[in-house]
Amino acid sequence: MPAVRLRDASMAYGTRVLFEHLDLELAPGEFLAVLGPNGSGKTTLLRILLGLTRLAAGTAEVNGRAPRRGSPDLGYVPQQRAFDPDLPIRGRDLVRFGLDGHRRGLPFDNRQSRARVDDAIRSVGAERYAGAPIGLLSGGEQQRLRIAQALIGDPKVLLCDEPLLSLDLSHQQAVSELIDARRRASGTAVVFVTHEINPILPYVDRVLYLVGGRWAVGTPAEVLTSDGLSELYGIDIDVIEVRGRIIVVGSDESTPTEPGGHHHHHHDHHGAGHGHGTRSH
Amino acid sequence: MTGALYLSQPFAQHALIAGALVAVTCGLIGPFVVTRGMAFAVHGTSELAFTGAAAGLLVDNNPIGGALVGALVVAMVIGALGVRERERDSAIGVILAFGLGMGVLLLGYYRGFATAATNILFGNIFGVSNDQLLALVGIGVGVVLVMSFVYRPLLFASVDADVAAARGVPVRLLGFVFLVVLALTVTAAAQVVGTLLVLSLAITPAAAAQRWTPNPLRVTALSIVFALVAADGGILASLASTTVKPSVFVTSISFGIYLVSRLLGPRLTRRSRRAVADTVASA
Repeated sequence: MPAVRLRDASMAYGTRVLFEHLDLELAPGEFLAVLGPNGSGKTTLLRILLGLTRLAAGTAEVNGRAPRRGSPDLGYVPQQRAFDPDLPIRGRDLVRFGLDGHRRGLPFDNRQSRARVDDAIRSVGAERYAGAPIGLLSGGEQQRLRIAQALIGDPKVLLCDEPLLSLDLSHQQAVSELIDARRRASGTAVVFVTHEINPILPYVDRVLYLVGGRWAVGTPAEVLTSDGLSELYGIDIDVIEVRGRIIVVGSDESTPTEPGGHHHHHHDHHGAGHGHGTRSH
Repeated sequence: MTGALYLSQPFAQHALIAGALVAVTCGLIGPFVVTRGMAFAVHGTSELAFTGAAAGLLVDNNPIGGALVGALVVAMVIGALGVRERERDSAIGVILAFGLGMGVLLLGYYRGFATAATNILFGNIFGVSNDQLLALVGIGVGVVLVMSFVYRPLLFASVDADVAAARGVPVRLLGFVFLVVLALTVTAAAQVVGTLLVLSLAITPAAAAQRWTPNPLRVTALSIVFALVAADGGILASLASTTVKPSVFVTSISFGIYLVSRLLGPRLTRRSRRAVADTVASA
């Protein structure tokens, strides 16, 4: 059974079409990168799989079932964000949320929950700082705990929404490696929404590229080509490979991004993805 | 001591029981108020509870009922205004200013005891009647029950709304439930310290508790203890003094606890955490 299946899936907000007639099957353990400019529907796709938004047409399945809120088949890793240093939540509390944060009652520890949280923390190598308040952790430390949080329930599919954003290079690599190791060991399929393909390029099996209502699916070598992207964007695009990294250069400054809701400037250290460094939230 | 003599009197016993009830509810919700950044919402709710109390006093000689209605109405409005913190705060400011003006207007028409008005603002714990005490018990039990039910998902939603929503937590509904709980708590706390000083029980103990531990359950427990010490400690102190209102002692003790926590609390700083981490790593 495929981990994720989209059949003839279409999505639009008003007259703005995000994608149409999208067919996609993701096998267990497969690593899919979702690329595309701001507002192209990358995050909406995750919301559809999470059961928070419905497709306009077509069907979506996660592990053979229609997506539904709070499904234990899904783990979710958001982008790193700042927490107040005074916030009375430790790293291990964040991980614990992944286990039973949605259940009523008080989060008292018992032997079983403590053991599972400890295991999850160990599996991402976060023992050293899991007891510290999350507001005092670095972005990379926080994202490791996020992965532990997402994986503690043993999901079939791991959904990642820009988890590497604002991490430095070494942490980007460490976090990507963790995700890759997990999907190889446990057969967890990965849907990884990102602006920058390069940090995860060694691990990616296939790419879904969304642009202005059009889409392309295939291996990075198939999709990330000058001809392929030029056709998707409808303008001349050059894809250059330098030292195992992929650099996408648009011919025209006014493309390929659409304006986002608010601007979150982000330095494109290694020139990956497409032209612009802003993203919608 | 005169204080010891008073302790056998029903009015003093009522006051201490009411103080304890209010302290437990305030201490329980305080960490959520701080975590959700809702200090100003608490203030706004209590100010509008004042307007409601003034209206209740005028119409039915029932300030508590009026305060409860006022606080609930504000909670609904804040809930309806929705999600964004900055937008919410300016909206609360707008309503608060207007509501206070209305409260002053209503009090201007009130021809009863002048102290009734100041009691709303600064509290009159020694005037708590049997009926009022019963109402406080009801509110206290209700708040504790609801909070023990929603504690974990509410914490998740407060810390990490996006992920909580992705995990199926009804984030908006919980936010709304919390606003109602807040309105009830504020109304109860206003009986002890008055509407103007509610923050001293609803926020200060939680803010102090945060200085001692990052463990959320321990913060909640400490917050309740601090609120209890401030509320009943303040009431006992005012029994001994007789000239100073209990509110003054309650707010002073609460502030004192906060100061001590701020100065002596062992909360990790970024640097000390690094130091600890580095020692462990190199060991």
